[in-house]
Amino acid sequence: MRYSGFRVIAEALTGHKGWKPAWRDPEPQASYDYIIVGGGGHGLATAYYLAKEFKQARIAVLEKGYLGGGNVGRNTTIIRSNYLLDGNEPFYEFSLKLWEGLEQDFNYNAMVSQRGIINLYHTDAQRDAYTRRGNAMILHGADAELLNRDQVRAMYPFLNFDNARFPIKGALMQRRGGTVRHDAVAWGYARGADQRGVDLIQNCEVIGIRTEGGRVTGVETTRGFIGAKKVGVAVAGSSSKVMSHVNMRLPMESHVLQAFVSEGLKPLIDGVMTYGAGHFYVSQSDKGGLVFGGDIDGYNSYAQRGNMPVVEDVAEGGMSLMPMIGRARLLRSWGGIMDMSMDGSPIIDRTHIDGLYFNGGWCYGGFKATPASGWCFAHLLATDKPHPTATAYRFDRFRKGLMIDEKGQGAQPNLH
Amino acid sequence: MRLTCPLCGARDRREFTYYGAEDYLNRPAPDAPPQAWDDYLHNRDNPAGVTRDLWYHDMGCSSWLLVTRNTVTHEILAVEAVADRKGGAA
Repeated sequence: MRYSGFRVIAEALTGHKGWKPAWRDPEPQASYDYIIVGGGGHGLATAYYLAKEFKQARIAVLEKGYLGGGNVGRNTTIIRSNYLLDGNEPFYEFSLKLWEGLEQDFNYNAMVSQRGIINLYHTDAQRDAYTRRGNAMILHGADAELLNRDQVRAMYPFLNFDNARFPIKGALMQRRGGTVRHDAVAWGYARGADQRGVDLIQNCEVIGIRTEGGRVTGVETTRGFIGAKKVGVAVAGSSSKVMSHVNMRLPMESHVLQAFVSEGLKPLIDGVMTYGAGHFYVSQSDKGGLVFGGDIDGYNSYAQRGNMPVVEDVAEGGMSLMPMIGRARLLRSWGGIMDMSMDGSPIIDRTHIDGLYFNGGWCYGGFKATPASGWCFAHLLATDKPHPTATAYRFDRFRKGLMIDEKGQGAQPNLH
Repeated sequence: MRLTCPLCGARDRREFTYYGAEDYLNRPAPDAPPQAWDDYLHNRDNPAGVTRDLWYHDMGCSSWLLVTRNTVTHEILAVEAVADRKGGAA
């Protein structure tokens, strides 16, 4: 069934009797050509592009819980391509371009809203760094603008411009950045993949990976053995757990990241904003809640809930940037498990086992990467060659000293 | 989350800084092959369950601590000073 405005009207006139489930709930077959482990945004996007763009068939997505129940269902929904380094920027710009055509492509309303993102700066040094970053973005075909203080004031007059310690001097703006309805991304990809014959198998946890003579032959799951010619793992925070089935130690730690939503407010922030003097970023959902977050908790964790010190730190960042936020009550907070890599950048690569591929290490930036991650992983699975925008995302970059460290922090996951 | 420092007693998590897995204590020999150094610097077990990792008591006694804890429940199982371990200081 194709979704459209006419369909909504036709269904309204006929008592909404024609709507069908958006995807099937199939039993797993004995074997597939491709098994994607992980039914989150990246896994579903991979299956979708494998079927649609790379014309592959006999594909299954295995999900231990329900579709989109992991990080794609618990992030702060921001999309952007404001990266500095050569290994990253073309990839994220490719992703942003895919976001721009996504809803037409998979025929689902993902509420892609290019409402603009600004990164505030507070010192001359920060301004220079953002100028450099903006130039790097433009060189890779993205858009960037440097705003002065008055331009920022015209957009957000309520910010704490004259803070004695961190006065706001201006901002780097990417107008094409914005937000997307995160759950709809998972649902849209799931529906699109299902329509192209992909089996989406839920409540099916991978508990082992079977290999024979250095080649993958399938996966052991809670619903029995399923054979496969190629297996792609895209499980974010559980990466180390799944890859431990083949005794692989990954260059990453799993960390908890918290996010927060305030009570619903009248329209206040029409874009996305990041604070330059503390780790705090904020946007406003269409329902009116301020959606904001900050740093990871800083110690490795699989708990999907965080501790008070980071709650305080984020609240302090918010108060320092826009003191009026102190009048809003916090409605919800939650935590997700981030696969924090050693340099803060992801991995889309083969493994030492033939037919076993890995996609992970997205740190806390995986949501914006969803379309390109799926496309590039599908490219690798189908052609055995990395996509041109993802050639730097290799396992061996750590050994070779070719790290993609946007923040220049060194090989310590909790600093990125 | 509270950690019981062997010198200072039970203290809030804010007093401590997390560094990383216990692996940092097993430094390869200077002439070890590059693979061993790569493994030491970058690769981690990252278990869901009991783990042992290094914390620094920077707002307290400045000790390096080896903490045994559960990454799924955030339960702290044991805290010992690295300097007290058999084999000496880190």
